[in-house]
Amino acid sequence: MPALQLPVPKDLLLGKTLADLKLIAARLELPAFVADQLAYWLYKTNIQSYDEMMNISKKARLLLAGHYELGVVASVKVQLSADGTKKYLYPVSNHKFIETAFIPEEKRNTLCVSSQVGCKMGCLFCATGKQGFQAQLSSGQILNQLRSLPERDKVSNIVFMGMGEPFDNIEEVMKAQEILTAEYGFGLSVRKVTVSTIGIVPAMEMFLSGSKCNLAVSVHSPFDEERRRLMPVQHVFPIKEVIDTIARFDLGKYRRVSIEYIVFGELNDTQRHVKELARLLNKIRCRINLIRFHPVPNVPLPPTNEERLLEFQRALNAKGIVTTIRSSRGVDIDAACGLLSTKALVRQESADF
Amino acid sequence: MNTVESKPNVKFKLVSILSNAEISPNVFLLSFKRDFTFRAGQVLGVALLPTDDARLYSIASGGNDENIDILYNIKPGGKLTPNLATLKAGDAFWITVPFGSYAGSDEPAYWIAAGTGIAPFVSMYRSGMGDNKILIHGSRTLDAFYFSESLLPDFGSRYVRCCSQQEGEGIYHGRVTQYLEELEDLPEDQKYYLCGGAEMVVECRDILLSKGIPFSNVVAEIYF
Repeated sequence: MPALQLPVPKDLLLGKTLADLKLIAARLELPAFVADQLAYWLYKTNIQSYDEMMNISKKARLLLAGHYELGVVASVKVQLSADGTKKYLYPVSNHKFIETAFIPEEKRNTLCVSSQVGCKMGCLFCATGKQGFQAQLSSGQILNQLRSLPERDKVSNIVFMGMGEPFDNIEEVMKAQEILTAEYGFGLSVRKVTVSTIGIVPAMEMFLSGSKCNLAVSVHSPFDEERRRLMPVQHVFPIKEVIDTIARFDLGKYRRVSIEYIVFGELNDTQRHVKELARLLNKIRCRINLIRFHPVPNVPLPPTNEERLLEFQRALNAKGIVTTIRSSRGVDIDAACGLLSTKALVRQESADF
Repeated sequence: MNTVESKPNVKFKLVSILSNAEISPNVFLLSFKRDFTFRAGQVLGVALLPTDDARLYSIASGGNDENIDILYNIKPGGKLTPNLATLKAGDAFWITVPFGSYAGSDEPAYWIAAGTGIAPFVSMYRSGMGDNKILIHGSRTLDAFYFSESLLPDFGSRYVRCCSQQEGEGIYHGRVTQYLEELEDLPEDQKYYLCGGAEMVVECRDILLSKGIPFSNVVAEIYF
């Protein structure tokens, strides 16, 4: 008896760059201008089906639908925080889910998107890391978090700081950031899109040379041994090499590098850390975002207290590094930094060992 | 680590394969002559062409061995490993210099691995660091206890094999995490080295922390 063949899921049209769309049009023997029409419908409108692409012939729409899923998928759950933050749950594929946080503020509205289902990096303090890794997201699945967001038209800033390590999925993230900032795409300013990494150096180089978006780097400790205990990636990509790599790039006047620094009580908030951070960051133009640690179950790290946090900020500012404290948003719905997780929805047949 | 691109500004060099043997279904041991130094536990980048993105692999050889051994499994649909597996003795491929700070020591410690994550511990063992270590290796199947023919005689009862999907004589039946859960009185002042996929490392680390091991004594290397 032949083995049961599961249907191969169709590729998504959402997430294709204009160059991709031109190739698709050529491959399907459609007029070249269909690529521009598709980009318009995909990225400039809220249409939900091929049938709504009114300026594309029915024959072409049927052909496209036969080869590609549109890729527009509504969220299946939303949680609302007392502070107005919303956390959306999006299905991706094969019973896998991702979370996306919409964070409204007075002067901007930020969407925090995921780039992977789970994460491979295993940072000690991160809830996403505790669910392990389940899947890469395609550029379409990354963009769908904005495309299908009810507040889509209100979003001013995009940060790749949700589930996953963006630079462990660099090809799809590069496509997504292109479409977010391209004129044919969502048309966001490159200054309003930030991609965050723990420092996967080769992919970071690709991003720094191939994109104009902002970069955020999770440092969390300037000391080699201490950072290794918090972030296993330090074994292969030490933070000094990450900073040295950034220093080799001319980032121009407006491209921003942010240093993300979760502050743990009496662990990485000492004067010794201030001095070493100043030494480490001396060669690049950057600012530091201090982040309050939001406790994660079974993580043996304490949050700092407000007094120490403010003193740490003052000391860094005194060293000449612009340092801010990030507001903790959506803590009550586990939408704040480091808390996103769909572990409860991960099927048990996941990786055995 | 085995799925990130090569380090920047690291030049590739061409090496010639001595052997590329399938030692278990879809798992290969690739060997080539050593002409550089490295520290046990380090990784190096592997690519078929110098223009490709290198994938990182732990070296499985001892620091003084003549040859470099690389343990890899075939990733279906991957760009590197399905092609790498077709190479024969005399064929060439590209490597980067070794790097990384996941290094062993002479102190007593636990080495805990899953699957091909055994490689850095084999390197440390072959470099003379195995005498005071307890080695715990998890795998799904009995044929995936790589290097057991040399580890078993030297480690004896300090070598624990955990098999989650098959039963075998002298083998603990269950996941490595289950075995760790059952251990009592783990020394809090020793180091616990972990190496494997993200799920395994994170789960093992959580268990160790729940047993009172300080996080500063958990040294994790994750294959990504």
